[in-house]
Amino acid sequence: MEIHYLTAHQLKDRLEKRQISCTEIVEGVYLRIEEVGDRLNSYIRLEKESALSRAGEVDKLISAGSDIEDFMGIPIAIKDNICTKNITTTCASRILENYIPIYNATVIDRLESRNYILAGKANMDEFAMGSSNENSYFGTVKNPWDTDRVPGGSSGGPAVCVAAGEAVCSLGSDTGGSIRQPASLCGVVGFKPTYGMVSRYGLVAFASSLDQIGPLTRDVEDCAAMLNIICGYDRKDSTSINVEVPDYKSFLKADIKDMRIGVPKELMVEGIDREVKEAVYRIIKLVEDMGGIVEEISLPSLEYALSVYYIIAPSEASSNLSRFDGVRYGYRNVEAGALREMYRRSRAEGFGDEVKRRIMIGTYCLSAGYYDAYYEKAQRVRTLVINDFKKAFEKFDVLISPTSPTTAFKIGEKMEDPLTMYLSDICTIPVNLAGLPAISIPAGLSGSKLPIGLQIIGNVLREDNVLKVAYSLEKAIGFTGRPGL
Amino acid sequence: MKNEYEPVIGLETHVELYTNTKMFCGCRLSFGEEKNIYTCPVCLGHPGSLPVINKKAIEYAVKIALALNCKIKKYTIFHRKNYFYPDMPKNYQISQYDMPLGVGGYLDIDMGSYIRRVGITRVHMEEDTGKLLHKGTTGRISESEASIVDFNRAGTPLIEIVTEPDIRSPGEAKGYMITLRNLILFLNVSDCSMEEGSLRCDANVSVRKTCEDKIGTKNEIKNLNSFKFLQKGLEYEVKRQIKVLETGGEVIQQTRHYDSKTGTTKVLRSKEEAHDYRYFPEPDLVPIYIEDKMIEDIRKTIPELPSVKAKRFEKQHGLPKYDSSFLANNKDLSDYFEQCCRHYNNAKNIANWIMGDFSALLNKEKIIIKDSRVTPENLCKMLEIIDKGKINSKIAKAVFEEMFSTGGDPQKIIEDRGLEQISDEGLLEAIIEEVVKDNPGAVEQFREGKDKAIGFLIGRVMAKTKGKANPRIVNDIITKKLS
Ligand SMILES: [Zn+2]
Repeated sequence: MEIHYLTAHQLKDRLEKRQISCTEIVEGVYLRIEEVGDRLNSYIRLEKESALSRAGEVDKLISAGSDIEDFMGIPIAIKDNICTKNITTTCASRILENYIPIYNATVIDRLESRNYILAGKANMDEFAMGSSNENSYFGTVKNPWDTDRVPGGSSGGPAVCVAAGEAVCSLGSDTGGSIRQPASLCGVVGFKPTYGMVSRYGLVAFASSLDQIGPLTRDVEDCAAMLNIICGYDRKDSTSINVEVPDYKSFLKADIKDMRIGVPKELMVEGIDREVKEAVYRIIKLVEDMGGIVEEISLPSLEYALSVYYIIAPSEASSNLSRFDGVRYGYRNVEAGALREMYRRSRAEGFGDEVKRRIMIGTYCLSAGYYDAYYEKAQRVRTLVINDFKKAFEKFDVLISPTSPTTAFKIGEKMEDPLTMYLSDICTIPVNLAGLPAISIPAGLSGSKLPIGLQIIGNVLREDNVLKVAYSLEKAIGFTGRPGL
Repeated sequence: MKNEYEPVIGLETHVELYTNTKMFCGCRLSFGEEKNIYTCPVCLGHPGSLPVINKKAIEYAVKIALALNCKIKKYTIFHRKNYFYPDMPKNYQISQYDMPLGVGGYLDIDMGSYIRRVGITRVHMEEDTGKLLHKGTTGRISESEASIVDFNRAGTPLIEIVTEPDIRSPGEAKGYMITLRNLILFLNVSDCSMEEGSLRCDANVSVRKTCEDKIGTKNEIKNLNSFKFLQKGLEYEVKRQIKVLETGGEVIQQTRHYDSKTGTTKVLRSKEEAHDYRYFPEPDLVPIYIEDKMIEDIRKTIPELPSVKAKRFEKQHGLPKYDSSFLANNKDLSDYFEQCCRHYNNAKNIANWIMGDFSALLNKEKIIIKDSRVTPENLCKMLEIIDKGKINSKIAKAVFEEMFSTGGDPQKIIEDRGLEQISDEGLLEAIIEEVVKDNPGAVEQFREGKDKAIGFLIGRVMAKTKGKANPRIVNDIITKKLS
């Protein structure tokens, strides 16, 4: 197989056996980027030169006898809302087009300490707001399985990089499904850890109480290895959980005998494509064949999850994004004569439509006289969602559902109808509201050769169960599809 | 019947805490150094940065709340207060809203003839903003060519103390601020400098007829940033509102700005233009749980507070009420006073000197007692010398002035300058003899019963001895001699 389709652990194996050099890996990946990059638009910025020079350094370390750790010398794409010191971090927005962070996100520091290689900054929906990656100031990202279709979003770039061989793996961020949904639409593995397991320090905030960084990889093993690096307490993030981090790779056992698996019926209703549903039913059969116990369960509050999300997330976003005002950094309208005008024009010209829409929704929800009816009430319903999951996990080890109600849709298909677009995240949003860990793994291809994703949801801090089931099903499903480009 | 109006005033005070680092990041606090040097991604509001609560600031806040007799909330959270302004890096301020750290306290204000108890509604924590410098002649943002922001101050821990509308005169408001400042200085958590802006005050003012219970429409007055401006601003505003009411008008709810140049208040914004701060719980921070143990530990660090100290001074040292509270309200003076009490047992004498000549010199030189050259030991030595009759009070003044400027030992100053009082009766008798001979007129008047004359004669003796004669002995000798 071509270098660019190997997993990180396969590459590690070859590096250990001296069958390949780190420089060759980086060159292989960049060859692929040159081959397909223009068609996919998955990167906002490439770091070829520094990547090659880092690769040379890592090769020196290896030939000097250094131990080869996971992701050492592996080119990784980083979503462009994760701060990289001295390298532009744009959030795919005009307002941050030329913004160069003065510090590294905690996850970047952690990866750097493992000698990873930054392949480039991946494209995304502006400020992570979107489900199709059509909301980028730097242009729409294309799905490698069908370039007329969207890759999903908001981590469209990171998903496409991994799916198309433009990076070995990537880091994305997930606020309402932004890692899992594009992973599903692109046929890769995407994981959103328990809220608080990965430091948010240096992740440009969309909705602080929902955002979480996570990996997109080619298989579950790489996913577990990446969690080992990025998870863990960080005193710079007050919401980070101070617990001992397990060795996530130790959960990679293909054994789900007697595990109790619930299927929330609210996530298998109308609006879910027939083919997607069928894929889930096929997997249920597989689980039962492997000795797992599958049962349907009802989480009645999930009906309100989408509404709750579209109040809480925009509310927090409206406040988080108010710092982009043209005063200290980022885009400024220089013709404006007065302060208010400068604010207005900088933000009007700097933000895209979807971002403005959500800022307006959020500002409205937090306004005097509306706060109780919207934000306050949404928080109370959020508690109901949390309680429903709590109850479910008294009975089940994991819950499974489709990741996305549909396979990849056509570019432009839902742009004029934001409400339909918002439905793309109906299966993933409840997980963020409850702060749970969840993964999306490829479940097969549809009739039109588009990937279908399966979501596996665990209880808080039960990444172990999620990984165990994901790894077992990955083996049982045996998905080997590659986009034909 | 004439309408009597009374003001109803509530104050909102901001106090900058002097912790080592800022409220939500590790940057040092600054004191007017080069601009923008104590900054980092957090206090500059860079994308992706997150706040982390400074534990010391919480402790200081609890200390202030306890000293103001507040109940400490065991569970408290931060909110975001959203509004756009260039001195606010995030365009929201991390503050507290409906779950402040301390509630339901009070502060007693000694107004001389009565005590005014002012209810403390709440004590809460927040972060300070940066400083704006407007280029241009007026110094106002709307008329400036450009504005420069200095973020050194951004993120400095702030405490906001809100009172109930219990204050009934501008004088009481000033008394409240002075008492509050003294109290916080005792706690050693802020330098409380109104000039430097580490103590700032806004007021809510309304007026009502004395017979009414209902509170009238209030106006918020900003920029009352000295004790004098506080009183002057409130006096103006109260008069303005009474005038509005007496001419049949209606007070309109507004935020007004005190202009110290004209001594008036001007409209800043109307009620309709008031900000909607869109408060919501700060999702980047977790709730703070303040345990009983922490409260008790902090309570132990609170020193004796001015009101308690004043009572003790009255009881323990037998000082009059005025002296007690004068000294007790100033931490430096009261510390000095108590040090003196260890060396010398007439407390009233000590108090007289500290409050009199000593304070006058301190004020003149603009220094605080801690920094003066007069040690408590030397002051007490001087008092003993006076008691022993070695110098009189007039000479003592001169000796003290020298002690103040050189830090010298009083005994040595007296010896070096030959200032010791002449109590030798033989010597004084000879001098008095001379004076009597030279002033027959005065002697005559004395014999005729004019008491004033003896004063004149003593004065002559003092002049001849350059003030060193013991006036009591001189008086005795003259009286004996001439009667
Ligand atoms: Zn800082």
